[in-house]
Amino acid sequence: MMTDFFSKLRKAGVPVTLTEFLTLLEALHQRVAAHSVEEFYYLARAALVKDERHYDRFDQVFGSHFKGQETRFNELIGATVPLEWLHKLAELTLSDEDKALIEALGGWEKLMETFAQRIAEQEGRHQGGNQWIGTAGTSPYGAYGYNPEGIRIGQDVSRHRRAVKVWDRREFRNLDDTVELGTRNIKVALRRLRRFAREGAAQELDLDDTIRSTARNAGWLDLKMVPERHNAVKVLLFLDVGGSMDDHVQACEELFSAARGEFKHLEYFYFHNMVYEGVWKDNRRRYTEKMDTLTVLRTFTPDYKLILVGDATMSPYEITYPGGSVEHFNPEAGDVWLNRLLTVWPHAIWLNPQHQNRWSYVPSIQMVRELMGERMFPLTLEGLEQGIRALQRGLPRAPQRPVTTT
Amino acid sequence: MSATRFSGTDRYVVTDDLMTAVNAAVTLGRPLLVKGEPGTGKTQLAEEVALALNRPFLQWHIKSTTKAQQGLYEYDAVSRLRDSQLGDARVYDIGNYIVQGKLWQAFTSEVQPVLLIDEIDKADIEFPNDLLLELDRMEFHVYETQQTVKARHRPVIIITSNNEKELPDAFLRRCFFHYIRFPDKETMERIVRVHYPDLKKRLLSEALEAFFEIREAPGLKKRPSTSELLDWIKLLVAEDIPPEALRSDSRKAIPPLYGALLKNEQDVHLFERLLFMSRRKKDQ
Repeated sequence: MMTDFFSKLRKAGVPVTLTEFLTLLEALHQRVAAHSVEEFYYLARAALVKDERHYDRFDQVFGSHFKGQETRFNELIGATVPLEWLHKLAELTLSDEDKALIEALGGWEKLMETFAQRIAEQEGRHQGGNQWIGTAGTSPYGAYGYNPEGIRIGQDVSRHRRAVKVWDRREFRNLDDTVELGTRNIKVALRRLRRFAREGAAQELDLDDTIRSTARNAGWLDLKMVPERHNAVKVLLFLDVGGSMDDHVQACEELFSAARGEFKHLEYFYFHNMVYEGVWKDNRRRYTEKMDTLTVLRTFTPDYKLILVGDATMSPYEITYPGGSVEHFNPEAGDVWLNRLLTVWPHAIWLNPQHQNRWSYVPSIQMVRELMGERMFPLTLEGLEQGIRALQRGLPRAPQRPVTTT
Repeated sequence: MSATRFSGTDRYVVTDDLMTAVNAAVTLGRPLLVKGEPGTGKTQLAEEVALALNRPFLQWHIKSTTKAQQGLYEYDAVSRLRDSQLGDARVYDIGNYIVQGKLWQAFTSEVQPVLLIDEIDKADIEFPNDLLLELDRMEFHVYETQQTVKARHRPVIIITSNNEKELPDAFLRRCFFHYIRFPDKETMERIVRVHYPDLKKRLLSEALEAFFEIREAPGLKKRPSTSELLDWIKLLVAEDIPPEALRSDSRKAIPPLYGALLKNEQDVHLFERLLFMSRRKKDQ
């Protein structure tokens, strides 16, 4: 049974190794968890899962393996309550009187439906809180005192403070890294940005120089020190706002307002769809306080790293033709401006919140991607990491077109 | 003989899952890696484990400049070189210049100690890898004096991380792992009770209500954590704020002494705006 569980975990993408599995067996052998199935669950999780992002997958495998129910991997959020399963279990454990009671309350189907609804609502409303099901006597689901194995309802609630088994609540769902950036994931993603900001351990004693100069000093010790290295990464951020970006703008904003805390030198500007001759710093005053893009180009030195965030979903005219902008008449085409940016700041990436699957269907995305020299990455944890790596490598690219100056 | 099972202390509330993880680590003598939101008591845990099990407590706080070697020992070559030039007799024994690190101290401790390696992710990315063998076999070799330091008892090692860097897989394989979730209301109530047993029930429930309201406000940059709640309650008690002042329907602005909970002015503005909007909705 255990080896089966192990292989199922691996299949589900939890990176478990044999060492960890043996650790678990050893711990079981030493009777670390001998009292309840919960304890076993906690132990198995502590021993096998080393990243909170995998908790959710682990929970699902655990649930399916030890309950023998259908695997719910990849199922949609709303559909995760195993209705039939509850049904079956309850039928096994309920007495006839209970069933009669249920009938009185509008029938089993209805009850389960509401129950499922409540679970869904509960998870949606606030994670972690679980007063919803099982608060003393207010909900029918706490009052019956029936206690099917899989769902704890009734008196047990106060002890465990939960109505659904821990692993079935799937509270760690939003820590999974294959889903797109969520509020909590943003923080994790930011730490990835920080990695390149903090590279290079500080060093105070310059050993090489000390040895060299001591030798030159005929062996008389001559200490040489070098100053501590500081985080010198400079980031220039251009964020697309409005229009199709409305769906993503909150994620982008949260991501990069938090980034302000990470980088000493972070400058950000907003644009709409494509960078033209004007950008702005405050979206509420975008029409009154527009900044000249040329000024921006002149102000920031080439050692800034450029990050553009946008869905690049627009009409191709907005990229290639003067006057193509949806908002105003632009004397020069978007690609001219983008190339100007890339010439001044060769270390550049484009982060796209649009799902990568859809990129190939949107011509403008293809065009921007080409302009960027293929350096477009999805705004997911994985994409961000790739993007940061590309920035670190920082292959300066040749401009695709000769740049005209105005 | 000291206790071998950890079940929390009178000033630290542990959840069942954390308890199981700690006990597994203690029983098997493997490091326990603890992650979680800041302010959820990661560092505190090690101290409480030491207290509960009645073991000596060693802490090793990691900085960005910390090297793995410093935890084992350091050979102070520079002062030896100095001493040699000054003609000090100490210079003939290299042992005089070997400075013991925290791991060495933990390995040679009389009783099994609890060692806290705090914020391991602050260090260089190679740091955990450099400790693999030492944590696995619980021994290391001192090159300068040609001696091998072996652990007399496998110390209980608790490692905390704030997730600033990914830790290498090989390192993770050797640890137990626990992610401290943010406590729910009931756990939070127990935690506050443990710290302020005399707190009035009304004040506590109002304070918790206000605290979770702030915490759940969407878009906060820095959500207040347990330690901030405790500070805030301390302030509330010190200033003798009546529980009514915390009620969201009666109060006009954000909760009193919010400075303990909201740590930057954007968050304060945001919260004020949210309150204003919800009031307007109510008035309509």
